[in-house]
Amino acid sequence: MTETPKPVAAQLDLLYSEAEEDLRAAVRSLLADRADPQTLLARIEGEAPYLPGLWDALAGGIGAAGLLVPEKLGGQGASHREAAVVLEELGRAVTPAPYLTSAVVATETLLALGADEGGPVAELLGALAAGEKTAVLAVPLSTAPGADPVTDGPVPAVADAAAADVLLVPRADGLYAVPAAEARITPQVPLDLTRPLAVVDTTGVAGTRLAGPETGGAAVRRGLLAGAGLLASEQLGLAAWCLEETVRHTKERHQFNRPIGSFQALKHRMAQLWLELVGARAVARAAADALATGAPDTELTVAVAQAYCAKVAVHAAEECVQLHGGIGMTWEHPAHLALKRAKSAQTALGSAGRHRDVIAALVDLPAPG
Amino acid sequence: MSGDKALAPDAAELLDRTRRLLAEHPPATTDRTDFLRARFDAGLAWVHYPVGLGGLGAPRSLQAVVDAELAAAGAPDNDPRRIGIGLGMAAPTLLEFGSDAVKERFLKPLWVGEEVWCQLFSEPGAGSDLAALGTRAVRDGEDWVINGQKVWTSSAHVARWAILIARTDPDLPKHRGITYFVCDMTDPGVEVRPLRQITGEAEFNEVFLTNVRIPDAHRLGEVGDGWRVAQTTLMNERVSIGGARIPREGGMIGKAAATWRARPELRTHDLHRRLLDLWVDAEVARLTGERLRQQLVAGQPGPEGSAMKLGFARLNQAISALEVELLGDEGLLYGDWTMVRPDLVDFTGRDAGYRYLRAKGNSIEGGTTEVLLNIVAERVLGLPPEPRNDKDVAWKDLAR
Ligand SMILES: Cc1cc2nc3c(=O)[nH]c(=O)nc-3n(C[C@H](O)[C@H](O)[C@H](O)COP(=O)(O)OP(=O)(O)OC[C@H]3O[C@@H](n4cnc5c(N)ncnc54)[C@H](O)[C@@H]3O)c2cc1C
Repeated sequence: MTETPKPVAAQLDLLYSEAEEDLRAAVRSLLADRADPQTLLARIEGEAPYLPGLWDALAGGIGAAGLLVPEKLGGQGASHREAAVVLEELGRAVTPAPYLTSAVVATETLLALGADEGGPVAELLGALAAGEKTAVLAVPLSTAPGADPVTDGPVPAVADAAAADVLLVPRADGLYAVPAAEARITPQVPLDLTRPLAVVDTTGVAGTRLAGPETGGAAVRRGLLAGAGLLASEQLGLAAWCLEETVRHTKERHQFNRPIGSFQALKHRMAQLWLELVGARAVARAAADALATGAPDTELTVAVAQAYCAKVAVHAAEECVQLHGGIGMTWEHPAHLALKRAKSAQTALGSAGRHRDVIAALVDLPAPG
Repeated sequence: MSGDKALAPDAAELLDRTRRLLAEHPPATTDRTDFLRARFDAGLAWVHYPVGLGGLGAPRSLQAVVDAELAAAGAPDNDPRRIGIGLGMAAPTLLEFGSDAVKERFLKPLWVGEEVWCQLFSEPGAGSDLAALGTRAVRDGEDWVINGQKVWTSSAHVARWAILIARTDPDLPKHRGITYFVCDMTDPGVEVRPLRQITGEAEFNEVFLTNVRIPDAHRLGEVGDGWRVAQTTLMNERVSIGGARIPREGGMIGKAAATWRARPELRTHDLHRRLLDLWVDAEVARLTGERLRQQLVAGQPGPEGSAMKLGFARLNQAISALEVELLGDEGLLYGDWTMVRPDLVDFTGRDAGYRYLRAKGNSIEGGTTEVLLNIVAERVLGLPPEPRNDKDVAWKDLAR
């Protein structure tokens, strides 16, 4: 071997690998088969929170639930980069599935506890990775990564709690695993019909103590950080779908004897969205890669990704509704599913304003005194 | 992906060559121009160019290996700001369309910076609609005779050569009657007049062309095929604007952030909110550029280049506007209105007022934001074109 030059600088890998593209193709084709818009629209009228059989196929069949979990604990031993690709696809299809909450936030929280093989954490991780169980962190969906949430009494707006098997409950004296069956879980009516919310009350239910307050708190912050970072990929996927759908529609819809997509006032708005998507893809990839490699500026990269991608997703969904005209306001058209998801995801895991505050602190741009 | 080293040197070989260059021409004791010439001759100027033309036919991505080694050794670089048009636009066009003689004559002094280039494209009546241009080129023996007027020509006052497009057949529809030339700016028929701009400076010019004689050997591409040749130039122009690799806070945002940190008395809540938004946008732009470069290196070039140009313009304008407000009373002042003819374009230099005014050009030069959005909409998104009424009409019959 001749001497190979040192890399110019350790840098983020912002592209998609071939393996990631294969994973994307598998998830996309599964969702096209099982979670198309008409199926989704039919489901939201019914009672079931998720599509029957979809989670088994996605989590167990494709192995998507165990991407973050090391192989020795029963997972795929992949990384946040792959999980981000799954979330892009789930975002595109606005799929109701507890992926972000269970396979990312809860899983990452448990991983951060440092699982001993054979212990309760390892056992739970194994079940989550196999898709046999789902778990959620019992905190409001709006909780930002920097927060130190402690559950005491009923907790509102816990995402995906109603169908979860296990609740991870941060209490003053540590982090607990509580069987969902023993808690009082009251479904709420969510703005985003594809991400069920519930009030969770575990008062008086002992559960299993997984860690003390310090380790538990750090693990929860890490779980929320990973959630916020990868939510950016879900938002990216959603925005991409909105733009593609809008382009397709405006090419086909004729008014004034022309396709409406030939009017410059519309073209510029779609081109503008494309620009935002190009940026969103770069920062969402950066956040996933930083989480995967443990880059020293991960917190900053995640905050940037959230401050940007949340806005892009809402903008794309709002433009999708507007440029579809009357059709976009109908229940039959899936645009509203995307809008509802995008708008509530804007509040999820910290609003853009909270993420900007984090940035201000991290890069020393203090508010006026 | 040939394994033949003679055809495509690998990183180790480039490193080896770079070290040999440094050993034979120690930067500390070598004249700047001599060093740059030697670097060109060693094939280390742009490694992806052919052997003999400053390159080695190596993968473009390996340039970084050479650049890092040279920078570490404190070697001089060829100041891309001063020779931006030559490097970014003329060179790739010459490489693709020039004859061997043309490439050998022009590429080395261009790269070394001994000869500055300018771009004689825009005319008073043909800006966004560049293909409507009216400057005439008429064949006369072995020469072409050029008559017409160009405008907004950056650096024409320091340029030795120009890339020029002119009309060779007014009876054809506008895109088909254009031919592309290399024009000698020292020809007696070329008159360059300063055109003072919004900043008070004269960075660009009017250029009058009166019976300028260009040898046919200085034509790039076929007669009548100039529009296609110009596409190469314009594509490279958009990629080269805003395409520089910068560290976090490396662009204009760095200046605004530094002022914010140093001057607590200037802070307001409104400015804070806007500054953070722009800080995020600058970071998004930086990462977008990084991703674009990684795509190029991986051989997956995407249309994201136009996004960089558009984003750069918007960002520069918003940040420089914020800076003027942030500075309060100081923002009411302007450094110097004296008319000068600078020999390099400096987007981020001077004071906040200058940056604010100069940034206004970022959404006009190299194609306006509106026109680039049209291009994104039609070529990237595939949206239907606007109805056109100029496609099959001879240029001479167009409305003017
Ligand atoms: C600082 C600076 C440096 C320059 N340097 C050079 C140089 O070195 N060489 C050179 O050749 N040129 C140069 N230019 C010229 C530049 O390329 C043109 O100014 C530019 O292409 C726009 O053309 P125009 O000025 O004729 O504007 P116009 O084409 O008249 O446009 C006026 C307005 O109408 C809009 N518009 C026009 N057509 C459309 C459309 N189809 N759809 C929507 N909106 C439209 C434009 O976006 C713009 O807002 C430079 C310009 C500047 C500002």
